Amino acid sequence: MKHIKTVNKPTLQSTIKKGGCGECQASCQSACKTSCTVGNQVCEKQAD
Amino acid sequence: MLASIHKFRQNGWNLLLDINSGAVHVIDDMTYDIMDTFDGTNDDAVVAALAGRYDRAALREALAELHELIGEKTLFAPDIGVPPTFAGEGIVKSLCLMVAHDCNLRCGYCFAGTGDFGGRRGLMTKETGEAAVDFLLAHSGPRRHFEIDFFGGEPLVNFPVVQHVTRYVRQRERETGKSFKLTLTTNGLTLDETTQRFLDDNNISLVLSLDGRKEVHDRMRPDAGGRGTYDRVLPNFQRVVAARQGQNYYLRGTYTKYNPDFTNDVLAMHDAGFDVLSMEPVVAKDTPYALEEADLPRIYEEYDRLTAAYLERHRAGRGFFFFHFNMDLSNGPCVAKRLAGCGAGHEYFAVAADGGLYPCHQFVGREKYRLGSVFEGVTNRELPRYFRESHVLNKPRCRDCWARFFCSGGCHANAELFHGDIREPYEVGCAIQKKRLECALTVQAALAMEKEG
Repeated sequence: MKHIKTVNKPTLQSTIKKGGCGECQASCQSACKTSCTVGNQVCEKQAD
Repeated sequence: MLASIHKFRQNGWNLLLDINSGAVHVIDDMTYDIMDTFDGTNDDAVVAALAGRYDRAALREALAELHELIGEKTLFAPDIGVPPTFAGEGIVKSLCLMVAHDCNLRCGYCFAGTGDFGGRRGLMTKETGEAAVDFLLAHSGPRRHFEIDFFGGEPLVNFPVVQHVTRYVRQRERETGKSFKLTLTTNGLTLDETTQRFLDDNNISLVLSLDGRKEVHDRMRPDAGGRGTYDRVLPNFQRVVAARQGQNYYLRGTYTKYNPDFTNDVLAMHDAGFDVLSMEPVVAKDTPYALEEADLPRIYEEYDRLTAAYLERHRAGRGFFFFHFNMDLSNGPCVAKRLAGCGAGHEYFAVAADGGLYPCHQFVGREKYRLGSVFEGVTNRELPRYFRESHVLNKPRCRDCWARFFCSGGCHANAELFHGDIREPYEVGCAIQKKRLECALTVQAALAMEKEG
C-alpha cells in the first residue's frame, strides 16, 4: 500500500472465543506492583 | 457503537489504532486527515471535505486502501463483548505475601506507610506462609501456573520465612505437579551474597527498587535514620544482576513531582549497568510530591523525550527494555485477560502478615476490603464478584475509551483512594497511561518499520 503500512497481524478478535485459560501471569506482579497494564502481557499458551 | 479507532501523532509518526482488532497502521498525513471524516461508508463526503487540500485521485487511492483494511477486518472491526470464557467466578492464581509489615527504609511515598500499612508492625510466621501456599493450591482448580511474590514492607527483614516458604513451595510443586513462579521485591539494603545465593539457587525473580539518579533516590528513599541509601543499594543490585547474567529481574523506580525529568533517571539506571527497567508515576494525594492534573503537559513532554531516547539507544545497538514499552502487537493477551486486568480481588490476592486476605497489596489495611484469611478462606463472597465484574466494559468511563483493551481499566486501589469507588478510575493515572500507550505503540511501530526497511 502507498498511504498505509500495517505494523502487525493482530489476533485479538480470534481470542474472544478461544482465550481465557488463565494460565498467564497476573500483570501487576510482573514488574512494578503499581501498574495494571495488560497490553504488554505475554500469553502463556503462545509462550509454550 | 463504541469508539473503534484512535489516531495520534507521536515522535514524528502518524498512527492509527483499530481498537477492536488491535491492528496498528502507520498512515501518511492525508490519510490522517481522511480519518477525521471517514466512517467506512462515506467516500464522497471525504473527498468533498478534503478536495481543496489534496488531489482527488490521491484521496480515492487512500480510500481504496482503507476499504482493503475493512475487508481484512483491521479497520472498524466489530465491537467486543464479554467473552464466554470470562464468565463465572475467578480462580485465584497469584498471591502477594506481605511477609513483613516492617521496613528498614522510610520512603517518602510508601503506600504501606513505611511498611506497617497503618497498623502494627509485624512479621509473617512460617505457619501462615505455609497456609497461604495451601490456600492457593486448594482453590486452584485446573490451573497449573501460579505466582507468589514476597513483598512487604521489606521482605528481607523476614528472610527466614522467605526461605521456609520457598522450600515449602518447591516441595508442594513436586507433590502436586503444579508450577510456581516466585518473585521478591526488595529495596536491596540487606541484599548480601548469602541472600543472593539463595535467591539464585531457587530461581526467584527480583524486582529491585531504585529511583534513578543518586540525588533523586536519596531524597525519597532514606533509611530509618534519614540517610540516603543509593550508595549502599546500588553495588548490591549490580552484583546480583551480574550474577544472574542480566536475567530474571526488573529494576524499578518511582517518579514524583520532584523529578519531572525522569528520562534522566531511566537513562541513569541504564548507564549504571541495568537494561530491564520500569519507572512508575507516584500515586499520592495532598502531598508536595504528588502528581496533579496541572503536571500533565510536563509529564507528556517527558514521555516524548523518553521515547526518543529509547529509540536512539536501540538504533545505536545498546537498547534496553522499558516495561511500559514492551508490547507484542501481534500476539498479545486474549480478550478475557484484557478484561481480567490485574486480577485483584478475584485472581490475585494479597496476604497480610496475620494471614488476612485482601484484593491486592495496596488494599491491605483498608479493613472494609478484607476478604477472609488463608485459614478460613474467602468469607466475603460479594467482593470478589464485584471486582471481577468491574472490568472496562462495565465501567462507564472506560467503555468508550480507546485504551480499554490495553490498560485493564486502571488500578482499583487508586480509584478507591481518589474516589472511594473502584469503578471510578483515577483521572491523572488514566491520562498518563494513555500517553504511555501511545509511546509504546509508536516504539513498536518504529522498530517494526525500521527492521523491515
